[in-house]
Amino acid sequence: MRQYSNPYIIGFATAICLVCSIVVSTAAVALRERQDRNKVLDRQIKVLIVAGVLEEGESATAEEIERLFEGNIRTRVVDLASGEYDDSIDPQTYDQRRASKDPALSSSAPANNAGLTRVPTKASVYQRVEDDEIQSLILPIEGKGLWSTLYGFIALAPDTTTIQGITFYEHGETPGLGGEVDNPSWKALWVGRRAFDDSWQPAVEVIKGVAGPAAEDPYRIDGLSGSTLTSRGVTNLVQFWLGENGFDPYLERLRAEGSAS
Amino acid sequence: MNARRKSALLDPLFNDNPITAQVLGICSALAVTTKLETSVVMSIAVIAVMSLSNLTVSLIRNLIPPSIRIIVQLTIIASLVIVTDQVLQAFFFDISKQLSVFVGLIITNCIVMGRAEAYAMQNPPIDSLLDGLGNGLGYSLILIVVGFLRELIGSGKLFGVQVLPLVTDGGWYQPNGLFVLAPGAFFIIGFLIWLLHTWKPELQED
Repeated sequence: MRQYSNPYIIGFATAICLVCSIVVSTAAVALRERQDRNKVLDRQIKVLIVAGVLEEGESATAEEIERLFEGNIRTRVVDLASGEYDDSIDPQTYDQRRASKDPALSSSAPANNAGLTRVPTKASVYQRVEDDEIQSLILPIEGKGLWSTLYGFIALAPDTTTIQGITFYEHGETPGLGGEVDNPSWKALWVGRRAFDDSWQPAVEVIKGVAGPAAEDPYRIDGLSGSTLTSRGVTNLVQFWLGENGFDPYLERLRAEGSAS
Repeated sequence: MNARRKSALLDPLFNDNPITAQVLGICSALAVTTKLETSVVMSIAVIAVMSLSNLTVSLIRNLIPPSIRIIVQLTIIASLVIVTDQVLQAFFFDISKQLSVFVGLIITNCIVMGRAEAYAMQNPPIDSLLDGLGNGLGYSLILIVVGFLRELIGSGKLFGVQVLPLVTDGGWYQPNGLFVLAPGAFFIIGFLIWLLHTWKPELQED
């Protein structure tokens, strides 16, 4: 076997690293714009689906999505603690996920089961508006499942408790098990259930086993088989965001004002 | 095409199939095969990574110092996997979300490293490319068969289209949830290995 000198080995390793890093960074930079666009579009699609504007699995071009989003959805920024709208921030550019990492725009999270370490002080809410009347409130939710943080939306009717839908646009749960949070037939189980009990405490939960029909068993959702921890994570994160440290002040204000406008 | 190249390309399909004969790459075969669509995309990703890594390693095989060869192979494979992942995210966003971590885990897919070390380090570029392609196809063949059976039996669908009407939707088919879970894939792969060994008894180890 040929002998290689140490300088050759080091030089070779350096050259390989350089070439590989150039290839990787070129690909990352060249494709970034497309990927970012995909992410924004994906989030808009999820908002449209959870708001009932778009059917699950319905295909639409990027232009159609943008048009539907513009035409049906109003984005507002809400101060979580007071529940008031904050119109000083442009909702189109406000990035809640980036804000939760910024010390100036977030605070450390109170003790919670949702695995959150920081919560933003302001949150984006989406509203499906028809003839200037709010038809759905679409609230962003996030929290830990088994492996990953799940990011999604929950849609509530103007009564602030009837669930119109739930969806997750980003997670890293096990495909086929916890990843079934994406399953349309599971997500359909949420529709028509109630998020809050009679004393306005967050009550909806994912149970182990099978829940009854929405009319008789309004607070419980079938568990995902084989994924107890993801199911528990979903319960915790939904309850956190509906609770006093989440959107409760905002929802309470809407209820107090009698209409969700 | 001479016999050696032909065998580099075709042997891994049945005689020396990476999953059923070499029993490599089982982990991802279990993970991504719940649906046919993810199986197919995963197969394409693995074929691309394996062909290119074999080709690259083979092109520079005489320059690689043996003392650092494994880490060099790994660097090349890792870079190719990252590029593949980026391409999927840019052009097949939905599927890349479903495949989630498993695209990244192609790096640890034993088949890719195994072929780079066992074949590409000793053989010229074209043969190595064919070997990578062949092994990728062999892996894909099993992945697609497993994905086909799991999606059909586990949820009565193929490529997300309902082919067997479910009892819950008023049809007659009661899906077998076992096949959606990892053990279902174990059973199918076990049966495939058994079938292959019955068909080609020379593969059996004593």
